[in-house]
Amino acid sequence: MVKEDKEILNIEDLHVRFETEDGIVYAVNGINLKLGYKRTLGLVGETGAGKTTTALAMLRLVPDPPGVVECRKLEINGRDVRDISADELEQVRGKEISMIFQDPMTALNPVFTVGEQIAESIEIHEKCSKEDAMKKAGDMLELVGIPRQRANEYPHQFSGGMKQRVVIAIALACNPKLLIADEPTTALDVTIQAQVLELMTELKEKYDTSMIMITHDLGIVAEVCDDVAVMYSGRIVEQGSLEEVFGKTMHPYTEGLFNSLPNIKNRQAKLKPIHGLMPDPTEIPVGCPFAPRCNYATEACKKAIPELKCAGGTHLVACSAYERDPEFRIDRSKKNG
Amino acid sequence: MADNILEVKNLKKYFKTSRGMLHAVDDINFTIERGKTLGLVGESGCGKSTTGRVILRLIEPTSGEVLFEGKDVTKLSKREMRHMRKDMQIIFQDPFSSLDPKKTVSQIIAEPIRENRILTGKENIERRVLELMETVGLAERYINTYPHELDGGRRQRIGIARALAMEPKLIICDEPVSALDVSIQAQILNLLKELQEKLGLTYIFITHDLSVVNHFSDDIAVMYLGQIVEKAPAEELFEHPVHPYTQALLSAIPIPELGHRRERVKLKGEITSPVEPPAECRFAKRCLECNEKICKASVPKLIEISPNHFIACPLKQQEMGFKI
Repeated sequence: MVKEDKEILNIEDLHVRFETEDGIVYAVNGINLKLGYKRTLGLVGETGAGKTTTALAMLRLVPDPPGVVECRKLEINGRDVRDISADELEQVRGKEISMIFQDPMTALNPVFTVGEQIAESIEIHEKCSKEDAMKKAGDMLELVGIPRQRANEYPHQFSGGMKQRVVIAIALACNPKLLIADEPTTALDVTIQAQVLELMTELKEKYDTSMIMITHDLGIVAEVCDDVAVMYSGRIVEQGSLEEVFGKTMHPYTEGLFNSLPNIKNRQAKLKPIHGLMPDPTEIPVGCPFAPRCNYATEACKKAIPELKCAGGTHLVACSAYERDPEFRIDRSKKNG
Repeated sequence: MADNILEVKNLKKYFKTSRGMLHAVDDINFTIERGKTLGLVGESGCGKSTTGRVILRLIEPTSGEVLFEGKDVTKLSKREMRHMRKDMQIIFQDPFSSLDPKKTVSQIIAEPIRENRILTGKENIERRVLELMETVGLAERYINTYPHELDGGRRQRIGIARALAMEPKLIICDEPVSALDVSIQAQILNLLKELQEKLGLTYIFITHDLSVVNHFSDDIAVMYLGQIVEKAPAEELFEHPVHPYTQALLSAIPIPELGHRRERVKLKGEITSPVEPPAECRFAKRCLECNEKICKASVPKLIEISPNHFIACPLKQQEMGFKI
């Protein structure tokens, strides 16, 4: 285990709910997350699992109202960001922690040049002159593979892949210690995705940045992450190192995700989708949220929510099947016959 | 003799822009055997969706022939075309914007049946709607709900039911699962496959997702900037990709398994503009293997290098001893 003081991020018991007129949406329901320095964590799950809300809560960007964030601890680089002032928060965002948003088409401001947009955060955090900030912005552009002359162009003059590079340049401009990348390549074509992922990994290593990669693509997790946390219905259901989660999958939901993916090496293999849908976040079931869709579920699963328990090493799993039957195993090698 | 349901010959679609003609689909040729699936893959802007729409004449082609069961679709009158469309249907990518928000599920599915007079009489139509809902796995209780009340997977099932209502022979699936989560994506892919077996449907499966297309198609055509650069049976294409673009595309797929971090076929530079493109290989500017003399001499031709395996790369063709 990593030592207490070696963590860039430490969240305990995070709950986020949105109190709307149509009822309360329980988006995140008790998440604990720790991230060591220079590590990359993949936060995996489907739409509505609470991945992005978790990330927004870390940056204190959950809109309030209707959002209500509750937690025991929300430490970034050893400092609790829950009750610091707005001014201090400005110092933290961009400098300590920054975020790459999913959609490069909407993340950029159309009426400022890309150079100005990169320079903005440099000016705030490095307290330098406009000229110096623009010069550094040019450096950042070159770093992400865009000629610095293009700093004076507007976002619409760039292609999707280039815009995402600009967004990455903004996020990395002040060498943040923690970078949150929310589906950074989902809007991009595969060949461009490959280039952007390569660039992110390279820069992360160069600047010793820790990263949380939010994605629904298990392929991307396998390519870039050290650790994985699988989210379902606002909770983490399985967590561990990449080797643990991919090599020794324990949660039935994780298994279901793998079985839903077409196997590129065996095209005859039939897909085994997870039946049903994720529970409505306004009416979370009493028991295990995955129980209604789980092939192994018993009546007991529908009564109590299983806790995330250690299953050896850093591997954690929230499934009561392992308590009922110590012999219970999920064998993914049997996958697809 | 193969029973080809669809034959596309020298199909072109150019759009007029302020900077000149945009070659969205530029001289493509392919055939599909009845009951099979052709996967049309490529990245955004390669013309794959335009190809699908031109085949159905949702967009008029600039030139070329589209032979459906031997009849040239491009020469049909509006009325004949309307009749022909019963046989050729399309499923759209975005189940959130392709359904009329003011209509209920039953109205959406019944509309094409009523409009085309496939059935008459309220009861007959309602019975058919229920039957179609069952076929695509939509529970009867959703019959009077509106699209916004349903999730993406169920909405896509409505889109499929509506296409099936016409009892088509060919369905063009334009990125039918791209907007869906993986677990739902697998449900829809399995449904489409079951329907194909049950109803003998032929599909053109348009997608940017290579692992999906591999799973789903018999033949795959890879498109790049309006042209087919490689076409082969799915297995052959994945095992022996020859065109440098196909190789780059395949090596870029992230594989969800341990120990797969691998070397990629790298690409360079920027994409050639499809507006008034020069008469050379359109991939040349990004290709690391590009040989100025050979690749920029003329527009590459699609040549069969082994049975059913076609490539349009003059360099590889020459290496293999083909005359170009």
